[in-house]
Amino acid sequence: MPPKSERTILLDARAMSRALQRMAVEVAELAHGTADLVLIGIQRRGVELAERIAKVIEKDEGVAVPRGALDITLYRDDLETVGPNPVIGETRLPVDLTGKHAVIVDDVLYTGRTVRAALDELADFGRPKRISLCVLVDRGGRELPIQADVVGKAVKTGPGDRVEVQVEELDGRDQVDLVR
Amino acid sequence: MTVNLPNLGKDLTGLEHLTPEQIRLILDTAEPFKEVSERPIKKVPALRGKTIVNLFFEASTRTRISFEFAEKRLSADTVNVAATGSSVSKGETLVDTAKNLEAMRIDMVVIRHPSSGAAGFLGQRIRSNVINAGDGKHEHPTQALLDLLTIRDKHGKIEGLNVCLVGDVLHSRVARSNIWGLTKLGAHVGVCGPHTLMPRGIEELGVKFFPRIEEAIEWADVLNILRLQLERMEKGFIPSLREYYRVWGVTPERLERSPRPITIMHPGPMNRGVEIDSRVADGPHSVILDQVTNGVAVRMAVLYLLAGGRPELADAAKRGTGAGGGGSAE
Repeated sequence: MPPKSERTILLDARAMSRALQRMAVEVAELAHGTADLVLIGIQRRGVELAERIAKVIEKDEGVAVPRGALDITLYRDDLETVGPNPVIGETRLPVDLTGKHAVIVDDVLYTGRTVRAALDELADFGRPKRISLCVLVDRGGRELPIQADVVGKAVKTGPGDRVEVQVEELDGRDQVDLVR
Repeated sequence: MTVNLPNLGKDLTGLEHLTPEQIRLILDTAEPFKEVSERPIKKVPALRGKTIVNLFFEASTRTRISFEFAEKRLSADTVNVAATGSSVSKGETLVDTAKNLEAMRIDMVVIRHPSSGAAGFLGQRIRSNVINAGDGKHEHPTQALLDLLTIRDKHGKIEGLNVCLVGDVLHSRVARSNIWGLTKLGAHVGVCGPHTLMPRGIEELGVKFFPRIEEAIEWADVLNILRLQLERMEKGFIPSLREYYRVWGVTPERLERSPRPITIMHPGPMNRGVEIDSRVADGPHSVILDQVTNGVAVRMAVLYLLAGGRPELADAAKRGTGAGGGGSAE
């Protein structure tokens, strides 16, 4: 690892806001309207992003969009290697998912293991008619056959790089950095 | 966000040697596990493939079932071994029993044993994680942890509260674990009961002794009423059950004198009409059934934390690929 890390901004606050606007439109298109739509954010930053996207859709379409939160810690496949995550977030699903179009929202898509865990967990809550994936940043590097349906920004990264997402609600500002 | 996380180590034998941070870690981890038990499918795969043996050398309903639910809801495979009907009744020693189980490649042992120190003794001799489910008069850590969680739920905090343990403190491992846990988290702890059922020098543990139940009620925010072990009466610790109820029983009439509502706890099984009046046990300030609910969550947290406690692997994994989640989540 190099002694000094280099930080570049992938999305500043305005670019992130535009990306979320566009993602909201694409989510609504994907769902052919909003009738059965449920947005499910993955703890932690995915929850905030789902909230933002839902608000945009609600404003544009004038309907209520239910949203939930999912913590996938207990469905991870790597308890043995990373040890327990001491802070397990809240899992809260507002409606029965059976027959719904569930859209998983996360900040960064990388190996795909988080999404794999989320799919397993959702299956224990019901049988959605469709599950889609919406991510703010797709950084490549998949270890599983998983792809996003809606992407805010795609960027090529190496295994030593880090993509850091900050959101206003948790970090005081909106910004996405690439640290390499 | 790579903070220095407290680690529980290999075994949970008691609260005496845990730090306040470790106790808080268990309580905080128990919070999300409460929700798992409310799901339509009450099961998560966190401990899939782990084998856990519940080794009970003493009768237990609540604790054993609670552990078993906790294990099953984490997807572990479980085996129950009771002392009667196993080779223990043929004279096999504790260590031999455990070593034989370990030879079948188990991962964890939950043990209840009549001898104080049995869980610690076992933990030093086998590689599997050991969880103490009550050993003699020593400790019953998961009971105290669920008591702490219930108090925190009800009052929003533990620090600064006046919590009084009432009854047979002398023979009670629940009392001992509670005293350690409560004092570590900053509660003021009182004990109240007949002199014959108080350990000598109890005040050296930093607790206040109340010779009369009325004084305890005046002082306390929480009463944790211990079970009067009926066999004690035969040994002459108390004259009669009726007299015990008359002098020490927690009744609505006595509670009425308190300036504030008092939270009522009992680790079970209750002797209604001896240490606790039915109207109190079923009253509006009783959290006795919340204790039972919280027991499953606390035990899930302990199992989960002990099962994954491999800090050296955790560091290696973090330096390597890291997780798929972005942000500063890892």
